Amino acid sequence: MIEVRDLTKRFGDKVAVDHLSFSVEPGRVTGFLGPNGAGKSTTMRLILGLDRPQSGTATIDGKRYNQLPRPLETVGALLEAKAMHTGRSAYNHLLFLAQSQGLPARRVDEVLALVGLTPVAHKRTGGYSLGMSQRVGIAAALLGNPPALLLDEPVNGLDPEGILWVRNLMKQLAAEGRTIFVSSHLMNEMAVTADHLIVIGKGKLIADSPTQEFIERSSERSVLVRSPQADLLSELITTEGGVVKQDTNGTQPAGLSVTGMEAPRIGELAAARGIVLHELTPRLASLEEAFMELTADSAEFGAATPAAPGPTEGSGPAHGPAPAGAGQPAPAQGEEIAP
Amino acid sequence: MTAVAPPAAPTPAADAARHVGFSHLLMAEWTKIRSVRSTVWTLVIFAVVSLGLTGLITWLTIRALNSGRAGGRSSGIAADPVNFILGTGLGLGQLAICVLGVLVITSEYSSGTIRASLLATPRRYPLLIAKGLVFGALVFVVGEAVAFGAFFLGAAIVHSHFPVALSQPGVTRAVIGSGLYLTVLGLFALAIGSLIRHTAGAVTTVIGLVLVIFNLTGLLPYSWGAHIHAYMPTVAGLLITQDKAQAGQLLSPWQGFGVFCAWTALLLIAGGYLLQRRDA
Repeated sequence: MIEVRDLTKRFGDKVAVDHLSFSVEPGRVTGFLGPNGAGKSTTMRLILGLDRPQSGTATIDGKRYNQLPRPLETVGALLEAKAMHTGRSAYNHLLFLAQSQGLPARRVDEVLALVGLTPVAHKRTGGYSLGMSQRVGIAAALLGNPPALLLDEPVNGLDPEGILWVRNLMKQLAAEGRTIFVSSHLMNEMAVTADHLIVIGKGKLIADSPTQEFIERSSERSVLVRSPQADLLSELITTEGGVVKQDTNGTQPAGLSVTGMEAPRIGELAAARGIVLHELTPRLASLEEAFMELTADSAEFGAATPAAPGPTEGSGPAHGPAPAGAGQPAPAQGEEIAP
Repeated sequence: MTAVAPPAAPTPAADAARHVGFSHLLMAEWTKIRSVRSTVWTLVIFAVVSLGLTGLITWLTIRALNSGRAGGRSSGIAADPVNFILGTGLGLGQLAICVLGVLVITSEYSSGTIRASLLATPRRYPLLIAKGLVFGALVFVVGEAVAFGAFFLGAAIVHSHFPVALSQPGVTRAVIGSGLYLTVLGLFALAIGSLIRHTAGAVTTVIGLVLVIFNLTGLLPYSWGAHIHAYMPTVAGLLITQDKAQAGQLLSPWQGFGVFCAWTALLLIAGGYLLQRRDA
């Protein structure tokens, strides 16, 4: 188990990690999310003893990293992919790491085979693609067959096959009872990989919850309604307490986006008045949007964005009918239709 | 690639019995240093430059003497032919050792390997000590070989005019001392590299110190100036490579070598301390 307690790291007067506390449990994939500059990599480097915190502790199975007798057999870590000498072969890079732990050279061949780099193992890593370098990094992390793994953006630079491979590998390693802590700024990637999420922004903890719960709690739920009698219907829904917005698909009007009212109730209202419905679709905002909403105030490098488009199709992994009575007020999106 | 094979679990019994110690660290550092081409190339350049220049300059000097055109320039070689032989090629070749000493540590920073190294060996002093020992041993072996090679090559060329031999007083010590000087010089460069962490900056600093700054202190006036000059790292260190004492020499060869070692140890301790303190 990895435990972070009140961890604080400043670079000059800039606070990178701000009194951060969380634990990473074994037997599941824990996603570590945050916008660029949120402090994810710094937190990982603090856990691994590469950086010194101003205050707080980070321990692995109760020990600080630099107290571990055989670190690579306790935690495997993947930081930047290209963090290896371009003139050294992958085999020799892994060999010196194995030797430093007293691991047999046979173990190097094993992990090279595992990541599929055996054919190029003796070539200099300077000629490797980003994806190949990433695989060397993963091989290094697995070298000591550790019960815990810290992976910083492991799918960066991988092709779809590689992404799938890493995803399955993490799930399998977690299923074996290992502690898997994986950072990403890609919410949707985490949604399909992580069982649990730790979200940070500007170095502070924003959320620490199971992935499913995070999605349900954070997501905006809406219902897309299309009807030839849209004006009448929107008036009716507003009277009954719903909030109606004109949903647009690009510049084309796509229908009404209703929040604060579930699809069955809208259907009942329409039926009672004999209003024709062409479409009635419950939608769950994607995890990406939930994440953006949650971290909007804490993004380190915000870009000026044009007016946000209407809610996208409910493509989130937890897509399904929303439970009645759930949901929370969402920031205004699109153009509100006056009652 | 699609199939995911679980990493084989080490057997717990064998695992518990396995002791991880300093020897493993030495093996790892040896793998690091031998597995990059810069090591081989720098050492080849060192050997070629040292032996090549020793041969070339001694040969040119002897040829000038034979044709009677050397004039006053023969006085240096006449006064101390051993120092002339050892000083010519190794004087330039030592720069390759400076570069290699710096590269051994700064290439870890520039490539990012330092993070892999520190993840494997979070106790940072032993890491630097292992690196220093492995690199020092390598430079010692190559340095002694080249020093003896340069001596025998030069001695063979100057033989007709200035017969020199290892059996003459101080000569064996000077030749062995040349290898020792190069070893400590390499560690001196490694220490500067660990302090500065950037290849270009560290190489410039080391070469600037060795070729310019330390020698410039010789221009300081009065007797305190002479003392400062005598205690400069490479000025003191070079005494062990000289078979004959110079006029007004303040330190004995071994004292001078001790001063050079002390400077290097001090810088290595500072480098180790900063390695321990700084974020990697």
